[in-house]
Amino acid sequence: MTEHNSSPSVMRSKLGQARGLGAAGSGFHHWWGQRVTAMALLPLTIWFVWACVHMIGMTRADVAHFMANPLVTGLMIAMILMTFHHQQLGFDVIVDDYVRGDTKVVTRLILKGINWLLALVAIIAVLKIAFSG
Amino acid sequence: MLDTRESLMVGTTSDGRTVRRPISPHLQVYRMHLLMVLSGSHRITGMALSAGTFILLWFLVAAATSDAAYGWFTWVVGSPIGYLAMFGWTGSIWYHFCNGIRHLTWDFGMGFEIPEMYRSGHAVLVAAAVLTVLTWVGVFLAR
Repeated sequence: MTEHNSSPSVMRSKLGQARGLGAAGSGFHHWWGQRVTAMALLPLTIWFVWACVHMIGMTRADVAHFMANPLVTGLMIAMILMTFHHQQLGFDVIVDDYVRGDTKVVTRLILKGINWLLALVAIIAVLKIAFSG
Repeated sequence: MLDTRESLMVGTTSDGRTVRRPISPHLQVYRMHLLMVLSGSHRITGMALSAGTFILLWFLVAAATSDAAYGWFTWVVGSPIGYLAMFGWTGSIWYHFCNGIRHLTWDFGMGFEIPEMYRSGHAVLVAAAVLTVLTWVGVFLAR
């Protein structure tokens, strides 16, 4: 593969041009967010798996009754928020690893959009079930 | 230069040609070993879990929609393919959960020696298997 340089008149090395343009500042926020959501998901995941097993064999009315408990509604929404946020941050890392250039930004934005939309749909569904039960 | 990372990945070969270095490690040049498989599995189970969120979404939307929609969902989940998907999902959950704890301990600066890495890696495999079996014992008791 050959080198492609958009500013060939600049007599500086690639590394020299890159220095100072790094992600310093926002990189930590991303890393920390991934850890915080991970820690939140430890208890939430245990609860969620228990809740799923608990709901086996329930009719739709039973599920609505179960989900109408404010504690269950709250935990379910917390689980959804943390899961989709953690997933979003994970997608960013994967895209960074395998996609380069302009495609990277587009890919990240599309995944982010889908993630937010799905999280929103999930939360609205939980609320609708909770208020019907 | 397309972006910052790109500029850091430009190198030269021994005969002086400019090359773009790969943006992620090329797996085929390394000998296969447990730690590499565990690391790759964390990412793969993470992606499997994002597929799992579609099952969650389907469950929630079906339960919020109608008895027919919910009946269709429970029928699919109760089918052999549904069981297989749910087994894959629970396995991925517990692997990612346990290996995630392993990652968090590294973030606290613990367990970086190679023997410790192997020990924690084996512990993750055992713990994930035990939690998956326990979950399915719960599933069969609840049915």
